[in-house]
Amino acid sequence: MTAVTAHPAAATDPRAVAETVTDPELPALTLADLGVLRDVRVHDGTVVVDITPTYSGCPAMGVMRADLLHALHSAGFDDVEVRTVLSPAWSSDWISEAGRRKLAAAGIAPPGRAPVRPAGPVPLQLGPSRRTASCPLCGSPDTEELSEFGATACKALRRCRSCREPFEHVKEI
Amino acid sequence: MPHEETVYDALDHAHGGEGHWAFGTGFDEPLAGVDTTVPDGVDPADLGAYCLMLGDDALVLAQRLTQWITAAPELEEEVAIGNTALDLLGQARLLLARAGSVGVLGRSRERATDSIPDEDALAYFRDADEFCNTGLVEAENGDFGQTVVRLLVASTVRLAVFARLRESRDPVLAAIAAKGVNELAYHRDHAARWVLRLGDGTAESHRRAQDGVDAVWPLLADVLTATDVERRLVAAGVAVDPADVREEVRDVLTTVLERATLRVPGWPADTPPRGRAGKHGPELTALLETLQGLARQHPAATW
Repeated sequence: MTAVTAHPAAATDPRAVAETVTDPELPALTLADLGVLRDVRVHDGTVVVDITPTYSGCPAMGVMRADLLHALHSAGFDDVEVRTVLSPAWSSDWISEAGRRKLAAAGIAPPGRAPVRPAGPVPLQLGPSRRTASCPLCGSPDTEELSEFGATACKALRRCRSCREPFEHVKEI
Repeated sequence: MPHEETVYDALDHAHGGEGHWAFGTGFDEPLAGVDTTVPDGVDPADLGAYCLMLGDDALVLAQRLTQWITAAPELEEEVAIGNTALDLLGQARLLLARAGSVGVLGRSRERATDSIPDEDALAYFRDADEFCNTGLVEAENGDFGQTVVRLLVASTVRLAVFARLRESRDPVLAAIAAKGVNELAYHRDHAARWVLRLGDGTAESHRRAQDGVDAVWPLLADVLTATDVERRLVAAGVAVDPADVREEVRDVLTTVLERATLRVPGWPADTPPRGRAGKHGPELTALLETLQGLARQHPAATW
């Protein structure tokens, strides 16, 4: 990431403004926490913001773009361009430590390490999911997966065997 | 979202309150800011046609899976099928946008109004004979057993193709593929675990899974036979030769079916391309009527 210089018309750093914008589906986290905000720079007087979708079909990209434009316009940056970056593909490893703490505080288990995907064929996983997650409510590691898919593309559903509460888990990709 | 009451206000703000086309996702350009230059030595018409093949496979399978919404055997599976369809729809959108970016719009652009984005014009304003999805994805769902067998077969083929496509000389296609691999691996493994559960389950679930295998298997030929477009693009370093994924596909499917105690049918004989050549059954026409009917009746509708 490159440093940015303040827009003459604005008193604030556009990066700082962009970093305040929250995710539409995980409002406890900012786009920066999620690793969706890839870069903020000023080029010929235009603020250029790079974002990357978590999943190909992420329906929130339009809202993210609109929120970024609105936040930067409101802060006095008139010329703003929000660009989509497809490569490299988003990984849950890009969620920051602060983002992981905020997820857990919101009752959502943060992801573990993403699987490494080298070039060549992707090996088949036929056994039960090897994913693990501690309960974000009581901290117990004794949890089970209820569903590999959850309310949004980026989450699975689990249940704690200790406190019996169900909870969401951000999938590792 | 500090400034608006709802997400819709944010979208409205982004469009100056003028609304946007009602049936697509036109508020967000999927390739905004992506360098869409065609690599040297690549025919843009071929690249566009190839993106339509891969995009149409995803669009049609997404629509088929969506037919299970409100009808899946359990709530969690309904969510799983919906999420899988959404991933595929996202892949379709990127691929159709890539086709549009190199000017492959066919008659869809004449039928759609100017304000409709390329990928929506392609999805909503082409007729069945302009679609180049394979027969594997357009076939009816059948029962749940047949549905998960088809999802296993389709995602195994697509994952094998996408894993190789990460090395494509077209950087846009390579990026779409790299993203898709993560999603497709999840779909394939999910479908494979269902096939294991059904095949190695009760006599009834075994019978239905085997019937599904027998129904889906002959459709493999249409997926694994290269078209002239694919051959030219393989030579240009852009596309994946379907022949190169045969062995991997056969190994993966055989592993799953044998573990599921299901009989593996003989490999289907090669046939000339059907779906890729625009030859489809009446089931695709029916599917497209549901997908496109409202948009075609009200092509200028906004919200």
